[in-house]
Amino acid sequence: MILVLPIILPLLFMVVLMFTRRWLLFQQTFSLLGSIVLTFTSFLILLDVYQNGIMSLQPGSWEAPFGITLVADTFSALMMVTTSFVSIVVMIFSPGFIDKERQTAGYYPLVFGLLMGVNGAFITGDIFNLYVWYEVMLTSSFVLIALGGSPEQLRGSIKYVTINFVASLFFVGAIGILYGQAGTLNMADLAAKMRMWEGGNYINGALMLFFIAFSVKSALVPFFFWLPASYHTPPIAITALFAGTLTKVGVYTMFRFYSLFIVFDQQFWQMFILILAGLTMFIGVLMAASQFDIRKILSFHIISQVGYMIMGLGIFTVTGIAGAIYFTIHNMLSKTNTFLAGGLVYQRSGSYDLKYLGGLYKASPFLALLFFIPAMSLAGIPPLPGFFGKFFLIKGGFEAQQYFITAVAILTGLFTLFSMVKIWNEAYWKKEPEEVKQRDGKVHPSTFFATALLAVAVILLGVFAGPVIEVCLDAGQQIVNPEMYINAVLGR
Amino acid sequence: MESIILQIAARHMRPLLLVLSLIVLYRGHNEPGGGFIGGLMFGAAYILYAMAFGVKKTQKTLFFNPINLTALGLLVALASGIPAIFAGDLFMTGEWYTFFEHTAFELKLGTPLLFDVGVYFAVAGMLMMVMFSLMEE
Repeated sequence: MILVLPIILPLLFMVVLMFTRRWLLFQQTFSLLGSIVLTFTSFLILLDVYQNGIMSLQPGSWEAPFGITLVADTFSALMMVTTSFVSIVVMIFSPGFIDKERQTAGYYPLVFGLLMGVNGAFITGDIFNLYVWYEVMLTSSFVLIALGGSPEQLRGSIKYVTINFVASLFFVGAIGILYGQAGTLNMADLAAKMRMWEGGNYINGALMLFFIAFSVKSALVPFFFWLPASYHTPPIAITALFAGTLTKVGVYTMFRFYSLFIVFDQQFWQMFILILAGLTMFIGVLMAASQFDIRKILSFHIISQVGYMIMGLGIFTVTGIAGAIYFTIHNMLSKTNTFLAGGLVYQRSGSYDLKYLGGLYKASPFLALLFFIPAMSLAGIPPLPGFFGKFFLIKGGFEAQQYFITAVAILTGLFTLFSMVKIWNEAYWKKEPEEVKQRDGKVHPSTFFATALLAVAVILLGVFAGPVIEVCLDAGQQIVNPEMYINAVLGR
Repeated sequence: MESIILQIAARHMRPLLLVLSLIVLYRGHNEPGGGFIGGLMFGAAYILYAMAFGVKKTQKTLFFNPINLTALGLLVALASGIPAIFAGDLFMTGEWYTFFEHTAFELKLGTPLLFDVGVYFAVAGMLMMVMFSLMEE
């Protein structure tokens, strides 16, 4: 029964926050408490799944292939825990950063709407239901990205909305074709049926449409242009939330689909995904290195990091998948953290542009440290979590004898370090530009605390890499052996 | 735009559409109809009024805020899943209750109707919210 809570609780919180949207203080405290409760619930689910195996539930008492199934395996539980933890941090950060008009215009209910969609996408076991959760998530994010309605935001949100609508079109089209072919949309049932078919020439077409839809949502090459064009426009707390949640849902769904539905032509798909992964990570990081706005550098970086996750999928061994899952968790925390640190830079100096920044290390070493930790984690410096994530991915790559993609991954790591050092040098290390008079802004204590909390979480993820990797290996086992998922849902 | 014909029509159509929306809502329990269509009619009643008299005047005649109506709808829809838990079933299972049994007014109602009522409010509130903010421009 606990499995419905990750969906119901955000809905309930959203309703309460909608009724009370004018009471600022109540909104702030209630949404913080709400996200803490949500994290706690997800953690209970993770514990349960890790000890007792995959959990499934049939709300409405309709049996498995007919009703909508909710399923939680270790991977989805891990993702839910990380997402809701990120939401706690963003809830602490927001009161000190986002202006009062936006906060009382429905910011908090929308965040819970987003979380409901994200959690729903993580635990649903039905493809059409998955589409609905994607829409819930996207609708909330459409409003969040345009919230406040500054001209720059509207420009960004037009691009974001348009491309995501096209992706949804592909998604629905693929669902229609698949349903016509197989007569079922329950993921476990469909996967079981596909394993009994003789040939699957037609199914690959639908799967490719799905793949296009998900690669738009997770910003893979060549469908990533919307992300850097829109992510830098809203207040950075919203961008940080998006960076920690949205693209990762696309990645999660790709893992789920690959594990369950890639039965035919596995070699083609593996090659295809590895090539896209290599291109994504390399092109993303090259474009990041050429930018001069902190938010744009970080946005392009998201793309590059998604490449790493997809690389783990392409390798498709337990080590590779576990590495990719660990990397995803690390990325959700570290990426959000770098964005929040960028927000601190903005509060301190009033700009995101590296040309007008400088001397921040001298001005406040603590703020510099808060950027340094997640940035070095992203670059993969031990003992921070990015190192372990990349280590396992590269180990998996060598074990599976995919030398080329592994070489690309190592090379991309160097460029990642370069682009992080670029922000460090320009914003923190170099002397203040003399022609620009620095604005000596105050950093709000809540934003500082939130960023520090997340930085501590990043360090802890690195320190306790051993136990977390254990859980990720368990999740990897479940992804590589889809029979476990199928049996858990169909009750065989 | 002030049109006397539209104003008179809107004034009389509003209660009519509201009653009809309730009929469509209840009809959806067993026949075509339902919360979504009913909600659209509910919203349309007020949108027609707003077209004739303007958004400000319409908002004055509303005794609720559209956002609160949407929230109420979501709450009711959520609540429709709860009775199943008390009956010992899984969340969102349809539970049916019979009123006035063995009389001429025998009435079978279930939690799906409650869910539909939630959809009705949510759709109406959402429609009004969107249309009012578009018409205000």
